[in-house]
Amino acid sequence: MSTLMIAMTLLFSATVLGAALMAIHTKSTPIAIIAAGLVSLIASILFLILAAPDVAMTEAAIGSGLTTFLFFFVLNRVRGGEHD
Amino acid sequence: MIKHVTAMLLLAVIGGIFFTLYSGYAPDTELNTTASYYAENTAKDLGATNIVTAIIVTYRGLDTLGEVTVLFLAAAVVGLVLANSKVADANAHNRAPVGELLATGSRALVPLILLLGAYVFVNGHLTPGGGFQGGAIVASAMLLLLLANPVRRFSHRLIAVIESFSGLTYVLLGIAGLFWAGGFLDNRILPTGELGALFSAGAIPLIYSLIGLKVGAEFSSILSNLSETEEL
Repeated sequence: MSTLMIAMTLLFSATVLGAALMAIHTKSTPIAIIAAGLVSLIASILFLILAAPDVAMTEAAIGSGLTTFLFFFVLNRVRGGEHD
Repeated sequence: MIKHVTAMLLLAVIGGIFFTLYSGYAPDTELNTTASYYAENTAKDLGATNIVTAIIVTYRGLDTLGEVTVLFLAAAVVGLVLANSKVADANAHNRAPVGELLATGSRALVPLILLLGAYVFVNGHLTPGGGFQGGAIVASAMLLLLLANPVRRFSHRLIAVIESFSGLTYVLLGIAGLFWAGGFLDNRILPTGELGALFSAGAIPLIYSLIGLKVGAEFSSILSNLSETEEL
């Protein structure tokens, strides 16, 4: 692995950790959902670097795409029932 | 205070366990027996260039059938939970208008995304990707349609027909393997053909396309169920 790849991998790993911490610690639920989606998105790049394109595609399509929007749909629903 | 100390102690213990595991870990320099069997014999036996697909659809086909069933159960449970909720009023005017950019962009992008999804699951035996990925991409096209027009309604009957047809055909193809090939879900009920051609690898492209349709229909049904109902 070249130095550039190692530097990129370290940067991505740090971003994954940062986004994961943000998802846990933020007070706002939409930001937490987006941060969780970011974790999946960068995890899929890391899978690609680790030569697992099949897993990377699944992670990008399901983990960062559909799940994020599923969370938003559910969040919308939960908010609707907040005041009863 | 005591809570924090317990948490820190737990973290230290877990960290210790993982550090011991990590320091005793030496990466394999060669493939183990099963992996080297797959690497050497997949192309020769099954005619698939993507070894991952050959493992998912044929060697470990029963697991994949289980995964598809789990996804089906998840979609069914979402439908069950939402069955008693109020159907959203399609003519409600209290929604924020959708932007022009999203409305026009979705019209241009949805056919392309559907095409990409179909490409991914039809070429599952040749290139990375396959039924699950392709199905999720197809469902994301449906999601874009829903975002561009929140009152859009998909035909539940069509989704149900696609879902049941592909599930049933998948199992029937598996059973056909019992009679005309080596066992349940064996792909050699059809000729394996030329390595790398679109119509090769026996039943793998057929099975993976069916899985793609099934996964796409299941995700679409979850999304449309969530979008069409209001709070309980």
